[in-house]
Amino acid sequence: MANNDTILTMDDIVKTFGPVKALSGVNLSVDRGEIHAICGENGAGKSTLMNVLSGVYPYGSYSGTITFDGKECRYRTIKDSEADGIVIIHQELALSPFLSIAENIFIGNEQAKGGVIDWDETRAKAKQLLERVGLPENPDTRIMDIGVGKQQLVEIAKALSKDVKLLILDEPTAALNDEDSAHLLGLVRQLRDEQGVTSIIISHKLNEIADIADNITIIRDGATVGEMYITPETPLDQDELIKKMVGRSLTNLYPDHEPNTPGEEYLRLEDWTVHHPLDQERVIVDHANINVHSGEIVGLAGLMGAGRTELAMSVFGHSYGSHISGKVFVKGKEVQLPNVQAAIDAGLAYATEDRKVYGLNLLQNIRENASMASLEKMSSHGIMDADTEQVEVEKYRKDFHIKCQSIDVNVGTLSGGNQQKVVLAKWVISDPDILILDEPTRGIDVGAKYEIYEIINQLADAGKAVIVISSELPELIGICDRIYTVSQGVVTDNVDRNGFTQEYLMKGMTKDKEVAAS
Amino acid sequence: MSATNAAAPARKPAKKDSVLGTLANNSKQYGIVGALVVIVLVFEILTKGVLLKPNSFVSLIQQNAYVIILAIGMVMVIIATHIDLSVGSIVAFVGGVCAILMERQGVNWMLAILVALVVGLIIGCWQGFWVAYVGIPGFITTLAGMLIFRGLATVIVGESVPVTSPEFRGIARNYLPQLLGWWGPFDGLTIVVGLACIALFAWSQLRRRTKVAKAGLVPEPMAMTVIKIVVATLLIGFVTYLLAMSGNADQGGIPIMLVILAVLVFVYNFILTKTVFGRHVYAVGGNRKAAILSGINTRRVDFTLFVHMGFLSAVAAVCVLSRLSSATAQAGMEFEMDAIASCFIGGTAVTGGVGTIPGAVVGALVMGVINQGLSIMGVDTAVVKTIKGLVLLGAVAVDILSKRKKG
Repeated sequence: MANNDTILTMDDIVKTFGPVKALSGVNLSVDRGEIHAICGENGAGKSTLMNVLSGVYPYGSYSGTITFDGKECRYRTIKDSEADGIVIIHQELALSPFLSIAENIFIGNEQAKGGVIDWDETRAKAKQLLERVGLPENPDTRIMDIGVGKQQLVEIAKALSKDVKLLILDEPTAALNDEDSAHLLGLVRQLRDEQGVTSIIISHKLNEIADIADNITIIRDGATVGEMYITPETPLDQDELIKKMVGRSLTNLYPDHEPNTPGEEYLRLEDWTVHHPLDQERVIVDHANINVHSGEIVGLAGLMGAGRTELAMSVFGHSYGSHISGKVFVKGKEVQLPNVQAAIDAGLAYATEDRKVYGLNLLQNIRENASMASLEKMSSHGIMDADTEQVEVEKYRKDFHIKCQSIDVNVGTLSGGNQQKVVLAKWVISDPDILILDEPTRGIDVGAKYEIYEIINQLADAGKAVIVISSELPELIGICDRIYTVSQGVVTDNVDRNGFTQEYLMKGMTKDKEVAAS
Repeated sequence: MSATNAAAPARKPAKKDSVLGTLANNSKQYGIVGALVVIVLVFEILTKGVLLKPNSFVSLIQQNAYVIILAIGMVMVIIATHIDLSVGSIVAFVGGVCAILMERQGVNWMLAILVALVVGLIIGCWQGFWVAYVGIPGFITTLAGMLIFRGLATVIVGESVPVTSPEFRGIARNYLPQLLGWWGPFDGLTIVVGLACIALFAWSQLRRRTKVAKAGLVPEPMAMTVIKIVVATLLIGFVTYLLAMSGNADQGGIPIMLVILAVLVFVYNFILTKTVFGRHVYAVGGNRKAAILSGINTRRVDFTLFVHMGFLSAVAAVCVLSRLSSATAQAGMEFEMDAIASCFIGGTAVTGGVGTIPGAVVGALVMGVINQGLSIMGVDTAVVKTIKGLVLLGAVAVDILSKRKKG
């Protein structure tokens, strides 16, 4: 690994957008055949740097030099960089859902003779590539019919079809569960060891970086602030890494919080059962029994596809599923929640998993987004009360430290962490008793995560019942008072704070359905 | 409008205190108004001053009222990511119903108008039902409606039904009564209303400043407010002058059509910017999934939108029938295209979520001025159509290119 053969050097890269300096002198040096991690807070410039490298921002729009494989690069388009063997896989996958796996692999690179596609060739080559990435799927399967984890593998197969030398992965595991993540990282490692593919990986998950990276470059505020090497003898010091990323030391990733004595039972589900919306035979949530009390923070831990989000959404006004049965009790009284408005009226709030797709209207400003679930409260006879709205939203801008010029700024211009705070503000303004937060810190940086945790603690201290759904076990362990483990739609365990260990929880999350049911 | 205005002063601190900076920050908002002014001036020169003669100004309003009325509804429909292709056919059908009631059934003209409006509402419910509760895309539903109502209009109207009621024909021709008489060559009422509008504008601008300041934000520079008031005074003053001079020996001043337009624009702008329903329209258009998960009844929003569109189509039908004095099966041909074009010229986003009623109205006026100017110049209607098409393309291209530069 530690050969001194450098495949890529980026020297003093400066990139500005109008008056804003996105990159102000980044240096990056990547050795051939290593897995190189780039770490930094959101907005530090990681993605911008990768866009410079791959030619999204053409040569001339930035200053500094890029040397790849011994020659200087002047990429004008992504095609140019791909021709040299640099392939970037973005966070938002670039796959066409209605096309097959094979078609997607060869998009823009169709296996054709004289403009006519050779389908046999396409399928055969796709099959080979799928074997290389360890994905036993029929190449004719449509992308929309396979999970995100497998889609990620298709992206890598697509990269391999282009004779990749340098593979860039931007947050590859952000949407994956632990199992799929492990498989993906294993594949990256395998590509390095068996085929000498160099990888650059951008990730917020420090455990993952500690596990896979050979070398780390840390970027802060558009400049390189340090490099760290990892060897079996000197494993990664995560505290040191975090310190470099945020420029300050976060002694603890999670704020100290004294658990509240649980108060009145605010929410109870009895035998909650939900079927798949289309495939109505399939049981997604199977006789779930859970409860939450006032002042409590309860986690729902489960692998992707375990039915956590589906459980939450089906309770929240039947927003998911079919043939829903079971009982919901709010403050001891059974309630019917046939639609979202009824759920809100009953005191529920659900902050969605994907804030850009389900949580926010990116075309509207902070004020309009934050009040969206509380319009009835902020109006009389259907006419908006602008002053009440202004005062209320302004209060949460200050309380939640939403960084913005004013609440009339479009939410589309905010960073992920601030967008998430707007989503939280929206639901806190609706003044619920029970908040369900689905992946509240996905894709946001360490500093903003800490602030979100503080908000969650404040909510619990104010007597709300909080349910947190997360794919990151350390996060749940760090903030929850109690954790339910969910596996294949079944609630398999109810673990108290003193039973929190990753190993124990993981057991509950991976329990087989038959075993759990008996 | 108020939202964007309030936001302007709080943006880039460096630009905050300069008039030019404020202008630059709101370039999109002022851009289309500026374009309208330029177009008016160009045609004023090309028509050798005929365009802005008092009576041709009044006929500009009367002739294009239908586009403005339809654009008001269309902009709301487009913001919510739908489209309505049927409005032209509805104009023909409702106009036919109205004319037949008056001429063949001897119904009083006011009752006939009432029935026409109710028919419009029913048609709106019909289309809203298919879009909101059955889930057929608005494009398809209203494409069907375009055929259905054009067909029905032909069936009930036949060749044509002339309207004889002088009161009904007066809607699109007459003026408000001259309560204050002539003041020299000017209509007194017009002058008073014009001055009141100027005062109202100045007052609202000053009030907004104090409100913004009270909310702890920095208001726009005082010079900017003064410039706005001065420009508005000149514009309103000029229009007032034209209107006060308009008419003939019997009557003049404020056309009834202008009053109808002003009420509709005011009421619908209020609905879209100040009410919960208006908020819902933008929320649904910007992100339907997020709106559903925020407890917004999106079906009801969709349904209500088409009911409004049906109502406004009926209002347009009455105005068109009054102007043409005769219902024909061909009435309202391609009106939907004029309305849709007005919205896009006025800055409405093709993908929904963005747009304003004042924008759509200015878009409609741009089209109207081009129409009127070219017809005064005696340009062939086929050429007029071509030019309008190019203007639409150009306006949206400028919009998209200016956005790209920012991004």
